[in-house]
Amino acid sequence: MPDTRAAEVAIRLCDVSLKRGDRPVLEGFSLQIPAGKVTAVMGPSGCGKTTVLKLITGQLRPDAGEVWVGDIRVDRLGGGELSGLRRNIGVLLQNGALFTDLTCFDNVALPLREHTALPETLIRRLVLLKLQTVGLRGAAQMYPRELSGGMIRRVAMARAMALDPGVILYDEPFAGLDPISLGASLRLIREVNRALGITSVVITHDVAEVPQFADYCCIIADGHVVATGTPEQLHDSDQEVVLQFVGGLPDGPVPFHFPAPSLAEDLLAMDA
Amino acid sequence: MADPQNLNNRLFAEPIREFGRAGLFLLTAISRMRFGLLQWGELLRQVYFVGVRSLVIIVICGFFVGLVLTLQTYDTLTRFGAGDAVSTVLALSLFRELAPVLTAILFAGRAGTSVTAEIGLMKATEQLDALDLMAIDPLERIVQPRLLAGLIAVPALIMVFNVTALLGGVFFAVYLMGGDPITFWGNMQASVELGKDFGGGLLKGVVFGFLVSWLAVYFGWSARPTSEGVALATTQTVIASAIAVLLIDFVLSAFML
Repeated sequence: MPDTRAAEVAIRLCDVSLKRGDRPVLEGFSLQIPAGKVTAVMGPSGCGKTTVLKLITGQLRPDAGEVWVGDIRVDRLGGGELSGLRRNIGVLLQNGALFTDLTCFDNVALPLREHTALPETLIRRLVLLKLQTVGLRGAAQMYPRELSGGMIRRVAMARAMALDPGVILYDEPFAGLDPISLGASLRLIREVNRALGITSVVITHDVAEVPQFADYCCIIADGHVVATGTPEQLHDSDQEVVLQFVGGLPDGPVPFHFPAPSLAEDLLAMDA
Repeated sequence: MADPQNLNNRLFAEPIREFGRAGLFLLTAISRMRFGLLQWGELLRQVYFVGVRSLVIIVICGFFVGLVLTLQTYDTLTRFGAGDAVSTVLALSLFRELAPVLTAILFAGRAGTSVTAEIGLMKATEQLDALDLMAIDPLERIVQPRLLAGLIAVPALIMVFNVTALLGGVFFAVYLMGGDPITFWGNMQASVELGKDFGGGLLKGVVFGFLVSWLAVYFGWSARPTSEGVALATTQTVIASAIAVLLIDFVLSAFML
């Protein structure tokens, strides 16, 4: 098990490069995520945020570079060792990814039933406590189809916490949430991190919400980390790319237009 | 004019590659099989979903196949004064060929497509990723019970098909045409060998059940995670299952004769 609480840096990506087909997604990418804190990983769509998450969980292997979680080198792990690592990493996927044929209770109980030999009475208590943490103990016997998007993500959060992991990764947990669900999610991420003393990594676009939950931020653009620091430091940054992202400017170092020949060239080609 | 290289690729090379991928997938799935309490529970649930829920279509189709088969053979046989042999023809053609083949094709249409769509949608909604991230092997949890469920359900459904088709035959030959029930059942009993005819059909059912389930889980597993991809995968399941069942049926029949 990686001891992410003892080390100062919980997750390290060192000089990582990864290509999808011929297109480089990350090039010479390095990032350090501090232990015991909530880190927001931000950046424009398609910049490689989710790729970073998949590298940490070992779903993707880099073409070059190293990925460390605690003192475990993830990119060299085989099947069995990777399973061991994943038991210590909770992941909240973008749409919750609850199993639609299971109730909320059974969704949260699944990792406990698969990975522990606990008696059913104890599993029941643990599941109810996890659901109580996310405020959905009353929905234990409901199916995901009966829940709203925000509730689904809260149940998925309870499932991610089921095995008391040392690290929880959140992939865009706020996308499409109403203000009440958004507020609840922000509070939960903060509270869970504080109460369990774990390391949390939140991949998000929501610049405005970051100061409410994150201790540390990093902005990715064009396959590189372009800025790191506390939310306040990033807010005061004068880097162009940070100003564009934080200010929500449509054009700048991250261009509005997808690379293409000039418009005149394209239009004239049609005439010809 | 079509490019012959491209045509050759589409007609031969790509299906062979697909078969290779499906074979590797099956070998991987079998190599990771585990039989714990959770797996048995899930297997029972899947037998219910693919087997019990296919009963209605099997009963209805079985009855009408028996009815129409008796109608056609009775008409022809009575012209030669051999109307009494109708039950023999009915039983042998049902037990040896029609019940296993039709049940497998109906099973592919009813249960195979639903398995493909279910796994394809699980992929599209990241449920397979979620399992993987929880260190739960999706092959073991999702694929294994669905593979085995077909193996159990299809032979059972073949028996139901046989019974309802015989009832259809009895209804036509005895109740509508006024045939003698004792002759009907007696001739059938005298001409059918339980092991060779009835058992042979069930053996085919085991093979077909495994074949259809394999194709259904494979196409679901390899579906592109989009609505179009899932739709294409379900179509592939039906087409590939129908062709595979008819082809393997010929091979099995040749060996069983």
